[in-house]
Amino acid sequence: MDRRKSRAALWLLLIPYVGLLYPAFYNHLEPRLWGFPFFYWYQLAFVPITALLTYIAYRSVRDDD
Amino acid sequence: MTTDPAAAPAVWTPTLNYSALAVFLFFFLLVTVMGFVAARWRKPETLAHIDEWGLGGRNFGTWITWFLVGGDFYTAYTVIAVPALVYAVGAYGFFALPYTIVVYPFVFLVMPLLWKKAKEMNYVTSADIVHGKYNSRALELVVAITGVVATMPYIALQLIGMEAVIKALGLSGISVGPIHNFPLTIAFLILAFYTYSSGLRAPALIAFVKDIMIYIVVIVAVIVVPMKLGGYGAVFDKAGADFAAAGKGGLLLGGNQMAAYATLALGSALAAFMYPHTLTGIFASNSANTIRKNAVLLPAYTLLLGLIAMLGYMGHAAGIKVAANNDIVPALFDTLFSGWFAGFAYAAIGIGALVPAAVMSIGAANLFTRNFWKAYVNPQVTPAGEAAVAKVTSLVVKVGALLVIVYLPTKFALDLQLLGGIWILQTLPALVFGLYTNWFRAPGLLAGWAVGFVGGSWMAWGPEGLKPLQALPFGGPAGTTVYIGLIALVLNVAVAIAVNLVTARRPVAAA
Repeated sequence: MDRRKSRAALWLLLIPYVGLLYPAFYNHLEPRLWGFPFFYWYQLAFVPITALLTYIAYRSVRDDD
Repeated sequence: MTTDPAAAPAVWTPTLNYSALAVFLFFFLLVTVMGFVAARWRKPETLAHIDEWGLGGRNFGTWITWFLVGGDFYTAYTVIAVPALVYAVGAYGFFALPYTIVVYPFVFLVMPLLWKKAKEMNYVTSADIVHGKYNSRALELVVAITGVVATMPYIALQLIGMEAVIKALGLSGISVGPIHNFPLTIAFLILAFYTYSSGLRAPALIAFVKDIMIYIVVIVAVIVVPMKLGGYGAVFDKAGADFAAAGKGGLLLGGNQMAAYATLALGSALAAFMYPHTLTGIFASNSANTIRKNAVLLPAYTLLLGLIAMLGYMGHAAGIKVAANNDIVPALFDTLFSGWFAGFAYAAIGIGALVPAAVMSIGAANLFTRNFWKAYVNPQVTPAGEAAVAKVTSLVVKVGALLVIVYLPTKFALDLQLLGGIWILQTLPALVFGLYTNWFRAPGLLAGWAVGFVGGSWMAWGPEGLKPLQALPFGGPAGTTVYIGLIALVLNVAVAIAVNLVTARRPVAAA
């Protein structure tokens, strides 16, 4: 696989840090989803999102060794 | 809304329930048998080798690693304490959620490299890697001591989790002769004996049962409890109303809590895989790709943790009052479920204490054996001799933790655990930086560690006991409140760089 492309995928792993480590961005009640205030469903949604991003990164480096 | 005092629910008190007790005992017996049988699971030629006893043969594939690390990282104390904090203060208690999300990109990037080093050189511990990289006995020793000292209170915490379920079963306060809390002592001694005989294979095998039980309990709870309480909207509304009435806590972070929330999440995530028990799970896996796959798959437990945290709000919605916040989860199951399912939930939590406690004692024992015994007492020790020393050490470590919980105030273990988190984070530069650069050398890293360790402890020392947060003088009149572990880490790295620059390596003389 193209090395440059494989390194690029690793940058995706920054997204969870940006998305979660600035709480002012998601510290709201609205909009709610299934009764969950935004604060809660936003953070819970980052679990599958992070797993997906890590999977994409995994596919790009798994053949390295 | 005012509550009629006459209608106010009484404080929950546990009562002896025989069906709960029977279910609990059944599962406890099951895992005890499994713990001893584990010695023959994936049987090696001999268990008398540190790689076999202490790392399960470095042979665990994706699924065993998933169960083992999941069972080891998301502990019984988590199941008890996270909902307890959420019950008490609300949103702030959820920092465990971003913490256990951002930890995985870090695991994905760093842990496969550490694993490769360990595999290549037959290293067993973090301090082995540090010694191999910097050839400094002093740096090796401080990393090893920090690991052991940070792990001891963590084991004690598992005992607190176990104590909470024993109390819920109506069995607390049973003393036999000089032994307080007899059931806890028995449970822990059984654990000590099968860990002694089976090593890491015991918690790895038991983790399957523990994790499946916890998944069942939590999935049932997060579906059934809101149905009984009028849905998630009602659960949040009731919890929000309770916080408003109490004038403390809330469904959202207060303005001064945001920096604390983010730095606690980041600092905890960086510290999580510096602990000997999590690293033991990493080193025991069979390939770098196994670890990468686990970084993709382990967030399933984080989803579970997020749902477990919701149990704190469900406690409000169910109108439960508890004498101690740590009772909220047992009280919730006792109040809303039949005896046998409550017993199943208690068993899941109780077994959930055994797996991490076993791995922690093994991790600490490996450190003692490799980086103290082999380094200072008997450098010629054989791998079989190492296994023998580690087995005895794991017993000593567990008995030590048990004595602390039975005879000293709980607060002692909690305070030490808080300090332990700050301390273990200070080993990160020594362990991780060398994977990426050869620039750092032992004196700088040692000085950095010392400043982080002492400075972090000093900041944590408050007038009213220990505190995890420190206000820094910027960003508003009240300052910005930040996790001390992270401040100490910044100081640590700054000092390491400064010392490294000052003690610049003399140019290599032309030979």
